[in-house]
Parts: sequence; structure tokens; C-alpha cells
Amino acid sequence: MAVVFKKPESMTDKTTIYCPGCNHGTIHRIVGEVLDELELRESTIGVAPVGCSVLLYEYFKTDIVEAPHGRAPALATGIKRVRPENTVFCYQGDGDLASIGMAEIMHAANRGEMITVIFVNNANYGMTGGQMAPTTLPGQRTTTTPEGRDVGYHGAPFRMAEIMAGLDPVVYSARVSVSAPGKINKTKKAIKKAFENQKNNTGFSFVEVLSSCPTNWGMTPLQGIEFVKNEMEGYYPLGEFKGGNK
Amino acid sequence: MSNKVLMKGNEAIAEASIRAGLEGYFGYPITPQNEFTAYMSDHMPRRGRAFVQAESEVAAINMVYGASATGARVMTSSSSPGVALMQEGFSYMCGAEVPAVVVNIMRGGPGLGNIGPSQGDYNQATRGGGNGDYRFIVYAPSTVQEAVDLTYEAFDVSDRYRNPVLILGDGALGQMAEPVVLPEDREPGRKEDEGWELTGPKDRDPRAVMSLRLAEGGLKKHNWDLAEKFERIAENETRYELTGEDYDTLVVSFGTAARVAKSSLRAVKEKGEKVELFRPITVSPFPYKQLAEAASKAKKVLVAEMNLGQMLFDVKVAVEGRVPVEFIGSPGGESFTPEEIEEKILSMK
Repeated sequence: MAVVFKKPESMTDKTTIYCPGCNHGTIHRIVGEVLDELELRESTIGVAPVGCSVLLYEYFKTDIVEAPHGRAPALATGIKRVRPENTVFCYQGDGDLASIGMAEIMHAANRGEMITVIFVNNANYGMTGGQMAPTTLPGQRTTTTPEGRDVGYHGAPFRMAEIMAGLDPVVYSARVSVSAPGKINKTKKAIKKAFENQKNNTGFSFVEVLSSCPTNWGMTPLQGIEFVKNEMEGYYPLGEFKGGNK
Repeated sequence: MSNKVLMKGNEAIAEASIRAGLEGYFGYPITPQNEFTAYMSDHMPRRGRAFVQAESEVAAINMVYGASATGARVMTSSSSPGVALMQEGFSYMCGAEVPAVVVNIMRGGPGLGNIGPSQGDYNQATRGGGNGDYRFIVYAPSTVQEAVDLTYEAFDVSDRYRNPVLILGDGALGQMAEPVVLPEDREPGRKEDEGWELTGPKDRDPRAVMSLRLAEGGLKKHNWDLAEKFERIAENETRYELTGEDYDTLVVSFGTAARVAKSSLRAVKEKGEKVELFRPITVSPFPYKQLAEAASKAKKVLVAEMNLGQMLFDVKVAVEGRVPVEFIGSPGGESFTPEEIEEKILSMK
């Protein structure tokens, strides 16, 4: 019987520990497929964040180093500068990248480091139990915004893909979603582009992926997907903000 | 460059690091070690090696962490408040067991303090401000030549134990120029693969460099292993200087303070006093055993430090009450004069 669908070579057989309805599994798989298709696995060093995806080394057959909170782009900078022949990617959540690690991502991007950053935005702190993130939507309830995020009191969400696109040395910045099959295909194209850029030594590439966190949102997996579609994609427009194939 | 040159401490340590085969330098400017960063910015790219002026000390040490996880010889340098910011990275690097060399050219503290030479970071250096049970190897040179030699060697020691090494100097050492013999120039580049370096999993299983240990009992075992490693380090790498065997008073001092104390000793000896200097060269691991033995032959011990008595604690632990221990301190980002120590020794009669 012909095999029509199989696990990417770049991924291990381990079962992930992610909650039902979480999109990390889908995004991991896309990264794995892209590494396979571009034949990058054997040269790749991934940088794992602090948070739900801290166990990246359990799921990818690449080398992985684990960064302190928010510092993944600094580690990636160090790796790529001494080992330019390696493929280096960061996989970060929104608390990690846009809060504690805001300085590191801004400066790595603005130096034009030759790395690929996958930014998973689920509008809250997942691992620590659903607190407000810099990306929590206005009005969204979290454990630290019990009455909903009040922009006048808590500040406004950061639109990271647009911010990245505004930096001159960034060659590619896109926001994608995995809330529907067509969008998953676009996510794969964006992530592939971000790795191709590194393979071709083009420059710093950034892909923001809107992702569901039903456990911390207090929703079912299906409600979570609906929230991404109806609320997140409304506040965070999808698209290629820089370096797209237009 | 000829082998014997007149060089400022900061630049001499930087050159020694490059000669040790440095592949990457990541740092952030802070006085009084700015010549260090400037030297690296000039010499590293010219030799085709990595230099990045980081956005902060936090980023700098994490660049070091990332690069060291690939097995490369890498370093950073800073001064007291900057090193305070690096403590997060130190803890991770010790937990993940990666090598690197860090240089702290200390200034006055706490806080912004001043930019004068100080030894106020002794506790930070030897105990660490990062979380968890971890230890650093800390060398405290007292001359530019010694700083050059210890820095050059520090890379090997750091590699051998996969543990970061700190060179603990101060503003005086960093800023003074002395004639130095520079060590031989070694080629940079990967050492033999030891099985942990991240180089991309070509023709081998994937590897992870991490400090996370979730499995039950895993972290406990790891911490016992780290402690056992540090015992081996203490056994093999502890260094000190004892200037003579015949003394009533033993002065214990490190780094620049020890250098000043040596001048005082000459004057005091001329007055007929029997006094010698015990100088820890590794302040971590601290030479407890060696000091205990040396102090047991003394009638009294004087600790001289440019702080409020941080090494004093270690000296008291070593001496264990066998002889009286007195203290003279200079905590304001200023060095002693030899006369101050001389007067103190004479007053202890």
C-alpha cells in the first residue's frame, strides 16, 4: 500500500504533552515538514523558549538549546555568528517574545541576524496558567485581567508582525493562522519562505502564528478555534507585511 | 606584535583571550572596562571572528550561552552592575554545563556607585546571584601579567570542566599599563567533538543543551553531580600564593589589594616584624585547606580587602577560630595606601 501521509523525518515519535485544542502540534508539524523539504534538518540548531514549547528537543530531530525567558534571539545570534553554516531558528511564545524578551527580538531583528523566528501568539501566558500577555486582546479576560483587558489601564496589545516589518533589516514578516485548512497551507508557505531566506542568506525572517489556547481561555477546542477566527484574526490582520511574493 | 609589550590591563586580557583561540566576543560597554570591548571590536572582525555589541548585558551573556552551546570558545567582559545583570545567564550556563570565560573589571558599588577600583563583587562572584546551586571558577589576578596568563589558561580550564570561568579584576588592573609577555597565538576552531556540542545532527543523533530537568530525581542527581564536579575542580585547580614561611602575622588579601599589601609588607619587615602574605589566586574554589594550614603557623591574621569584609567570611571559615582575625577594608571604589595597611599591621601588636 502506498504511503500518502506520514510524519516528517525531522520529527521524533514522541507524543506531545500539549492540551487538547492547542495548535503547537500543527505548527511543530509544519516546521518539521519545511525542514524536510528544504533538507535543513542536519544543519539545524533550534532555540527553545520558556513556556509550553520548552520541550522542543523531545519533538524535533534537530539540535536544540534551551533559552532563558525571552532570550532566544540572543542565543540564536550567538550561535549564528560563530556557526554561520548552521540553520538557526527560534520558536517563541507571546509572553516570551513580546514581554520579557522584547529587547532581544527587537535588536536581533534590527541587526538583521540571519535567523528564522517562529512566534506563536495565543494571547495569553499558557504555561503559567493564563495570565495577561502583551498580545491579550482588549476586553479579554485572563487571570490577571479578571474584568477584561482595559487598554487605558493595562496598555494596548503589540502587533509584532507589523512592528517587525517596520524595521529596515527585516526581510520577511508575516502573520498567519492555523484556524482552517486553507490558512494552514498559507502558514506552511510563510514558514517555508522564512527558512528559505535563511538558506539563501537573505536575512532575518519572522512568522507570527495565531494559535488557540482553549484550556486557559476556558473554552472547548472548537470554541478556541472560533475565538482565533472571530476575535484574534479581527484584531491581528493576517498577511505578509514585508517580503511577500506579490 | 612582539611578545613583550607595554599594554593596558583591559587590552592585554583581550589580546590574551584572542590568542587563546577566541571565536566570539559578545559584550556591552561599561566603564572601567571599555578598552576591552573596543579592542575586541577592532581585532575580532579583522581576524574573521565574531564580535557583537549586544543591546544589554543580559543579551550579551545569552549570546555567549548560545555560541558556547556549539562548542565554540567565547567570552564576554563587563563591570560590576553589568555582571549583576548577567547572573541569569551564569545560572543557566552552569546548569547546562557549557564553557565560557567572563571578565569582571570591578568598580565601586552598590548600584551605580562609582567607577573606581573595588572588590565589592567578591560575594557576587564566588556565591553567584543567579538561582539555584551552582559554582563558578573565579581567578583574581593582581598584575597585568598574571591576568594575561590566567585568562589564557581559563579557556582550557573552562573547557575541561564545562563550567564558566570568571576573571575577577578591578578598575586598577584594567586601567594600568604594564610590560607583559603575551602567550602563543593558538588557532581558533572546534576542539574534538566531545558528544555534547550543538553542530547540527548530521550523521548522529540530535543533541540538547538545557538546564531543565523535569524527571523525578533528575535535578537532584544533576545537582549532586555538579557538586562533585566542583570538588574535583577544588582538588585540581585551587591556587594561591604564600610569600614566605616565617611569620607571626599573616596578611590575607587578593587582587589589587594584595598588590598594595605586598608594598606594605616590605615596610613592615624593615621595622623588624615577621609578616607574610597569603593570596588566594582562585577565590572560588577558595583555598580553605591551604589557608588553614598557613594560618595555624601564625599568631594573628589580617584580612585586607577593598570592600566591607566579604572574603573575611571565607578566611574565618578557614581559620576556624584558631588565631584572631582582624580586618581592614576600603569599600568606596578606592584602593588602600600601603601606609594604611602598614599602620594596621603595627597596631595589631
